[in-house]
Amino acid sequence: MSDVLARLEGVSRIYQKGKEKVEVLHALDLEIPDGDFVAIMGPSGSGKTTLLNLLGGLDKPTAGTITVGGSELSSMSNSQLSRWRSTNIGFIFQFYNLLPVLTAHRNVELPLLLTDFGGKERARRASIALDIVGLADRANHYPRELSGGQEQRVAIARAIVSDPPLLLCDEPTGDLDRDMSDEILRLLQVLNRDHGKTIVMVTHDAQAAEFAKRTLHCDKGTLEAKETA
Amino acid sequence: MRGLQQVFAVTLLNLRTLPQRVGSSVVAVIGVTAVVLVFAAVLSMAKGFERTMISAGSDDTAIIVRSGATSELTSGLSNDQVLIVADAPGVLKDGDTSIVSAELYVVVDVKKKSTNVDANVPFRGVQPGAFDVRKDVTLVDGRMFEPGKNEIIVGRAAQQEFVGLDTGSVVRFGQTEWDIVGTFAAGGSVSESELWTDIRVLQGAYRRGNSFQSVRVKLQSEESLADLKTALEDDPRIDPDVMSEKEYYSGQAEGLSRFIKIIGYPLTILMGIGAVFGALNSMYSSVSVRGKEIATLRALGFGPISILFSTMVESTLLALIGGLLGGAVAYLAFNGFQVSTLNGPSFSQVVFDFAVTPDLLIDGLQAALIIGALGGLFPAIRAARLPVAQALREL
Amino acid sequence: MKYFRLIWKNAWRKKIRTSLTILSVFVAFLLFALLSAIGYAFRGGVDVADAERLIVIHKISLINPLPMSYMNRIAATEGVDSVTHGSWFGGYYQDPRNHFGQFPVDPQAYFDMYPEFDIPEEQLEAFKRNRTGAVVGQEIAKKYGWKVGDRIPIQATIWSRIDGSRTWEFDLEGIFSTDDPRGSSPIMLFQYDYFEEARAFGKGTAGWYILRVANGANPVDVANAIDLQFANSPNETETSTEAAFSQSFAKQFGNIALIVTLVLGAVFFTLLLVSGNTMSQSVRERISEIAVLKTLGFGDRTVLGIVLSESILIMLIGGLLGLGLGWLGVQGLAKEMGTFLPGVFLSPVAIATGIAMMIGTGLLAGIFPALKAMRLSIIDALARA
Repeated sequence: MSDVLARLEGVSRIYQKGKEKVEVLHALDLEIPDGDFVAIMGPSGSGKTTLLNLLGGLDKPTAGTITVGGSELSSMSNSQLSRWRSTNIGFIFQFYNLLPVLTAHRNVELPLLLTDFGGKERARRASIALDIVGLADRANHYPRELSGGQEQRVAIARAIVSDPPLLLCDEPTGDLDRDMSDEILRLLQVLNRDHGKTIVMVTHDAQAAEFAKRTLHCDKGTLEAKETA
Repeated sequence: MRGLQQVFAVTLLNLRTLPQRVGSSVVAVIGVTAVVLVFAAVLSMAKGFERTMISAGSDDTAIIVRSGATSELTSGLSNDQVLIVADAPGVLKDGDTSIVSAELYVVVDVKKKSTNVDANVPFRGVQPGAFDVRKDVTLVDGRMFEPGKNEIIVGRAAQQEFVGLDTGSVVRFGQTEWDIVGTFAAGGSVSESELWTDIRVLQGAYRRGNSFQSVRVKLQSEESLADLKTALEDDPRIDPDVMSEKEYYSGQAEGLSRFIKIIGYPLTILMGIGAVFGALNSMYSSVSVRGKEIATLRALGFGPISILFSTMVESTLLALIGGLLGGAVAYLAFNGFQVSTLNGPSFSQVVFDFAVTPDLLIDGLQAALIIGALGGLFPAIRAARLPVAQALREL
Repeated sequence: MKYFRLIWKNAWRKKIRTSLTILSVFVAFLLFALLSAIGYAFRGGVDVADAERLIVIHKISLINPLPMSYMNRIAATEGVDSVTHGSWFGGYYQDPRNHFGQFPVDPQAYFDMYPEFDIPEEQLEAFKRNRTGAVVGQEIAKKYGWKVGDRIPIQATIWSRIDGSRTWEFDLEGIFSTDDPRGSSPIMLFQYDYFEEARAFGKGTAGWYILRVANGANPVDVANAIDLQFANSPNETETSTEAAFSQSFAKQFGNIALIVTLVLGAVFFTLLLVSGNTMSQSVRERISEIAVLKTLGFGDRTVLGIVLSESILIMLIGGLLGLGLGWLGVQGLAKEMGTFLPGVFLSPVAIATGIAMMIGTGLLAGIFPALKAMRLSIIDALARA
């Protein structure tokens, strides 16, 4: 856990809402070492989703720099960020966001369409990803035929299929019951421990946060560490 | 009466929320508008053409041509034959003189204003009786041509449609020059597409000797036609076709008018089918957008019939608006618009107006209503059968 | 390309809506095919007109006859390779509504002048040998069920015979055809000598002359030379190329091309509304999905392309089906109308235009939703979900 994968320095994010300026993040400094599994908790409006968006290159800071995996995000153009994202970040959302018109397998394959891999290679890698999340037998099912937990696992498979170093999760268990949540969180631990994925997980569920290696609290745009062993 | 009240209530509610579904509603309306517009345009062409042709003919005038001739142009009568007709029973006389006009026409090339290309214009030689055997022929400009001179009067429609036919101009056909000395109107009939001169001058200029193509006679009464016909058909010196002018012109109009309809009706039907697909699309979209609203109403106890009815009303109303809009645009844009085309039998141009008549507009509205009903039926059934519980769950 | 599955699946997300849209496209292009073909017929066979053939008519009007004496003088004009004549007979078969072109001609010269008409050699010879012989185009033969050897009576409307009757009888010696699908041959040809001998009036005249320009000669110069010869005579001539002649004749019917364009304009405007509405609904429904694609790394332009492709795909499916059925329809229409409106034909230009319109309409219908998708802010879209 020695190398730093992501670093935020003096990052601020200010939104213009009509005549008002809302400062969501304030001069934030953060280091995320490679192989980390960090949970970020905080009340709504505290800026934790904004933090995730910034890490994933979905948003640009108003001030400060963000460096992920050696790439300085704040200086990249939108199309550069798109390309960078496809191989460097895996997103997992609260509401699975699978494409309803595609099967599980095809959903997982989606990020690979952006690569140069041929059809057979894409199918192989997607199958591997589905294997890792334990859903190889559901490959040809459509999202509407899957349970909530299964859909989230497909989403996770999609997030790891292009082997990105960093996974960003926004309330990944927010819509699931206790048992399914635990399954998902355990899977995330496997990905972190055995596959070397660095994970940043935003959650409001303290029990979910316990699955991470450490927890940070986000409040009024600043972060405070409350390390849990 | 509760059922009826339900239906009205739901229908009114549905219509009140219509503005929220502007996008798909506009699409349905415009689809129907286009159909009615094209329908009106094509059929008003046929109607206008028929009207111009047929209004020329009256029941108290008979026209005689050589038997078998498909039009005046292909007919031929000698001077003797013309005299026989003039003296036949049934012909109205003014004192001792029969009211007749023996005529002949040729086709001349004049440039059409709209295409600037030569078109066949009928150039008719008439006798003095020409004005008496036709109704409503009046000079509107200039003066009558003088007998024996190379002078022409021009039909009003021809003057508007073709180049260089204003009063005071000179035209040259082949080697001969003619002065245009006046303009005449003839109640909007086909005669207005023609150029007229003294028949003797025309015969001379085109070396027709003393031959004619047709004789028009004023009948003593509509019933005298039969007597005239029998008398002339029995006479061995002449081999005629005798008919009322109205009948003659109907025959002349038949071909083109049928052709326009053969193209026009299938065209409109195809467009109508397209409009039905468009309306179905809009209505299915409308039903799905209204899903929650319908589910709520059903949960509150409104019956499926009221839902079905309200959907049908929406569809039919939209189509009706489209129909009215199409009819209005057709009327404002085309009614009275002048065009001309080549009529086969006479091998010459007929100038006519588009006639967007009330019965045409009503036909258009009927078509619109049918499209509305067809476009609304299946979506309405689907709306009525919407599984309430599921729709509410999705709220 | 690899995005095809995604585009296809997205296009069909709401089956009824897509099917109805495709059906609307289908109808529009069916109409396009039929109207283009009919409009083509009204161009009067301009495309098949021979550039080397000129038509000489009376300057005052086509219905005025020209003296036969002109033929030799035309033949002697510089730049004229060969000349023959034609005249309008204007009769009908049994019913006045069964009218078609009948022309008294010089048989060998006429077929030499019109090499596009195919006739078996022995039939042409039989025609030449028989004074009362006639040959007809296969469309006419098929329509009335005539066979070689039949005796055909034609009622004349103009040309009564010296013997007073107006029935002219002919022996059908042959059936000819043209294999160019753009042209057709719904006419009857018979012997000018018979016509001249038996007609009651108009002897020594012909309706018009057809001539072939010699190799290397300029058609315009030849036309002017001919007209100059007969200028200021009692029968002045007007000579034009066959194409110009057909076209001016076709134009007499009115600006058919304009009418067809206006009707198709209304049809396609409506189609644009229908498909535009479909596309905008389709995009509106999957805002969050598009946002997800962008988070996965799909670029803005790629997303634009995917939406536009969906729109174009729907157009192509419906459009190709419509053109296909339209093409079949045109074949049938050409047969039905061949005798009174020859030349109904769906030209390659029309087909290419149709395909261009499918793509163009697809682009126009999809452009606003596609731009919306392209400009979608990921964060706003996901926050809304």
